[in-house]
Amino acid sequence: MWLTSKIKQVLMVIKPGVVTLKYPFEPHPVPEDFRGRPHWDHHKCVGCGACSNHCSARCILVRDVCQELRVMLYDGSRCTYCGRCAEVCPEDAITMSQEFELATGNKQDITERLELFMLTCQRCGRCYDMENTNMIERLDLRGYRYDSLETRSLIRKTTEHFDENVLKETEKYQRPTKL
Amino acid sequence: MLSNLAKKFFGRSLWVYHCNSGSCNGCDIEILNVLTPYYDVERFGIKLVASPRHADVMLISGGVTRPTLHLARKAYEAMPEPKLVFGIGSCATGGGSWFDTYNISGGAEKSVPVNYFIPGCPPRPEAIIYGVALALGLVDKKAAPVELKQMEFPIDMYERNKAWEERNVIYELLKD
Repeated sequence: MWLTSKIKQVLMVIKPGVVTLKYPFEPHPVPEDFRGRPHWDHHKCVGCGACSNHCSARCILVRDVCQELRVMLYDGSRCTYCGRCAEVCPEDAITMSQEFELATGNKQDITERLELFMLTCQRCGRCYDMENTNMIERLDLRGYRYDSLETRSLIRKTTEHFDENVLKETEKYQRPTKL
Repeated sequence: MLSNLAKKFFGRSLWVYHCNSGSCNGCDIEILNVLTPYYDVERFGIKLVASPRHADVMLISGGVTRPTLHLARKAYEAMPEPKLVFGIGSCATGGGSWFDTYNISGGAEKSVPVNYFIPGCPPRPEAIIYGVALALGLVDKKAAPVELKQMEFPIDMYERNKAWEERNVIYELLKD
């Protein structure tokens, strides 16, 4: 009796075959709607900062180094790949790629940096003043959890000319950390 | 260099200790998923152990919360040398969405030295296997920092000057 049951078991096991993936040696495709690492298209991006406002982990930082030049930084270390940035982007500049093999020993490997030229006002020749006067919107724009100016997640102060001091000061704005 | 060292020191089976430091269980489920026959990491000799004293590798998931901060460090110190630490998930890598809240120390790096980060919320089981395979030197690293630049100014200077001549539009800076 025990032999027949064993044979039965073997037959049952043979039927499905080997299910184990040969993953690290053979690629395993992701599902179609998979959201991997987001990618920016710097030809399409207008630098509106909507992605930065909507990022739930606040990992997209906007840094204005001078008039007409804006640096957008994406810090992938705390990105939750929710895809909200791609959803709100008015120019469809952000696409969620299918990259998921992001294991690394250095956090800087999963960052992205974008340098953009900003358009200026036709009247005054300066960039649009993004500082809102409405207090509620101001809460939304700046990283309201930060008490000090230095660690705000979003800095939208511009100078009229390229200022090295501002560049030096904003150097530490890149990765807000806990106080 | 790190993978060569890992090959030298961890030539045989890796025994893995899973440390949950305030994770939401998403990453924990993915780690369990890795051990199932479908992904079967026992091919590489990876085995889950219950005690850090038996382990070579610590898989730390979750942004380390304040109550678990010293416990995670204690578990790390209980592991025998040489040891590797994997930060699994966005929380362990950089603190996740809660990186600056009062109760989260902002990533596993704040409590224990982390060798490899596996971002994702939660990371796919393949991503975890990829990370372990990267540490063992079986695959190449694919992640690299991206820098993009707009090389040309969107408004042509010629057009700007023409507009000035034709429509008399002010483009110069106003002096305050």
